[in-house]
Amino acid sequence: MSKKSFRQAVNEALRQEMERDPTVVLMGEDVGGGMGAPGEDDAWGGPLGVTKGLMSQFGRERVLDTPITESAFIGAAAGAALRGLRPVAELMFVDFMGVCFDQIFNQAAKFRYMFGGTAKTPLVIRTMYGAGFRAASQHSQCLYPIFTHVPGLKVVIPSSPYEAKGLLIQAIRDDDPVIFFEHKVMYDDEEDVPDDPYTIPFGEARFVREGEDVTIVAIGRMVQMASKAADALAKEGISCTVLDPRTTSPLDLQSILESVQETGRLVIVDEANPRCNIATDISAQVVEQAFESLKAPIRMVCPPHTPVPFSPALEDAFIPSPEKIAAVVRSVMASPTRQAAA
Amino acid sequence: MEPSRALQLNREELLRAYRQMRTIREFEERVHTEFSSGAIPGFVHLYAGEEAVAVGVCMHLTERDCIASTHRGHGHCIAKGCDVKGMMAEIFGRADGLCGGKGGSMHIADVAKGMLGANGIVGGGAPLACGAALAAKTLKTGGVAVAFGGDGASNQGTTAESMNLATVWKLPVIFVLEDNGYAESTASSWSIGGDAVKRAEGFGMPGVRVDGHDFFAVYEAMHDPIARARAGEGPSFLHVKVNRYYGHFEGDAQTYRAPGEVQRLRAEMDCIERFRKRVTEAKVLEEKDLAAIDREVLELIEESVRAAKAAAYPPPPALLSDVYVSYP
Repeated sequence: MSKKSFRQAVNEALRQEMERDPTVVLMGEDVGGGMGAPGEDDAWGGPLGVTKGLMSQFGRERVLDTPITESAFIGAAAGAALRGLRPVAELMFVDFMGVCFDQIFNQAAKFRYMFGGTAKTPLVIRTMYGAGFRAASQHSQCLYPIFTHVPGLKVVIPSSPYEAKGLLIQAIRDDDPVIFFEHKVMYDDEEDVPDDPYTIPFGEARFVREGEDVTIVAIGRMVQMASKAADALAKEGISCTVLDPRTTSPLDLQSILESVQETGRLVIVDEANPRCNIATDISAQVVEQAFESLKAPIRMVCPPHTPVPFSPALEDAFIPSPEKIAAVVRSVMASPTRQAAA
Repeated sequence: MEPSRALQLNREELLRAYRQMRTIREFEERVHTEFSSGAIPGFVHLYAGEEAVAVGVCMHLTERDCIASTHRGHGHCIAKGCDVKGMMAEIFGRADGLCGGKGGSMHIADVAKGMLGANGIVGGGAPLACGAALAAKTLKTGGVAVAFGGDGASNQGTTAESMNLATVWKLPVIFVLEDNGYAESTASSWSIGGDAVKRAEGFGMPGVRVDGHDFFAVYEAMHDPIARARAGEGPSFLHVKVNRYYGHFEGDAQTYRAPGEVQRLRAEMDCIERFRKRVTEAKVLEEKDLAAIDREVLELIEESVRAAKAAAYPPPPALLSDVYVSYP
């Protein structure tokens, strides 16, 4: 066990799985870097250095730099997965799904069903998401709700370095296509991460903290924001459960329902745009299955229905903050308590 | 040009080629009839007229090799060795179809046999073929992959991207452009800007144009691409000029075609008739050999349809299965 950054945790998961299983290959734009160029090999290790050192260790046959050609290499990863490899493809920014989504949602996601269960597609697509990097509208989106919508895909959104390592190893060992979301402002976050490989199962939510008054479900980076809000609220005497679903497909609805049945109040924090996102999805399912437990209306804390702006002044206003979350929790606590249904 | 290597095919190989072409033809003619009668649901896109392409290409392949197919995939399936009865049951939507009735005509597949699926997305298959080729290269199986695509797919970005990637990664893949004259209702002479073979050459791979009505020409044209792929020298390209006897989909009135076009093609260009003439005139096979195959194929198709119609539909729980390998 030692302190590791989110970046190191992801790198270590990839390295350990590549050491364990020779069928694991990486591919993507600049995952090594410097291909065909006069300077160093393994020049970048991805634009933010996450895969640094892997090409040097495993060679160019297992760490494949690609041209800028997402349709071709994401599709090639899907085809290779059908034929015995376990590719981990890097879609540099999830915003680039627009140029390759067919290969993900019409091909990889559907093979198993269309082929009557005769195929498996053990594919991982790692991708960066999220606002806060001053990267503007085409490099800052969340978009995981779109993937969550598609049957056949699993969607993983780790909320810390420890979570990232265990969930990524699980993703690589998983026999279904997995979209693995890494928040670009979290790469330098540090915490204790075991040195040995370990897995975290999909579909099991993490109780980050347990409280009595309100359940806060938070996705990805929003887990940190919700935890800070919960710290502040604790000082005011409001006791919050913070729940990290870890994966939005499969979704551990059971844990959410059990928590809501205990607290009677639900706030959902989602960095994705507010229409048809994970917050609306969870909200609908809780209303459908645990309406009687609710003492107050469900509230969602999300960005506005806008693209992500560039100006730091606007981008900071776009992202759900601990202050906004705390304010929403206070308003939920202030709602007149609804009479439980007879 | 005398297709020397093709004539070196032995008697058994020629009989196999004929049987496959005849099987594809009778399969498609029967699907046409059954679809017209309302027995087959959904969309079907028939390969009749193009048999020499699938068979001429796939004669070079074994089960370690893969193909990615198109909307018009029945011929590729049969040429790659998929079970005909399983295919027919699939097209009828039955439980014992190749894909349990869940794929249908547009998604028919047999991954174990290296048939990576017909594809409902025009241009969807080329990246998958690159992936299969990458797997073969990485795992050192000696296998190659063939990306079939139509003239419509040839204008999709996925095709261009895949051809580039195949050259950059030096993949053992062969791109076979089946140019049957029409992408849906649009003439390929109009839709393909420039020259398809020159496009391939622009991507750094050898390309040839070949007459898809001539099994021997297709078989011959595949020789060098296969040898190049197996030797680890990278991708190649074939531009196969051919014709289809039916519409884009069944039910297409084909008002975009010239009057009498299909009748003329059937009378003058038919790949199966050409094959018969060639092998019987060369006295390599006799009419009675071919007639025997014709009878056996008709029996097989008849039995396939009979079995498909008698087969059960998938049971209701099948709706929910096979989405994932595991899902808590």
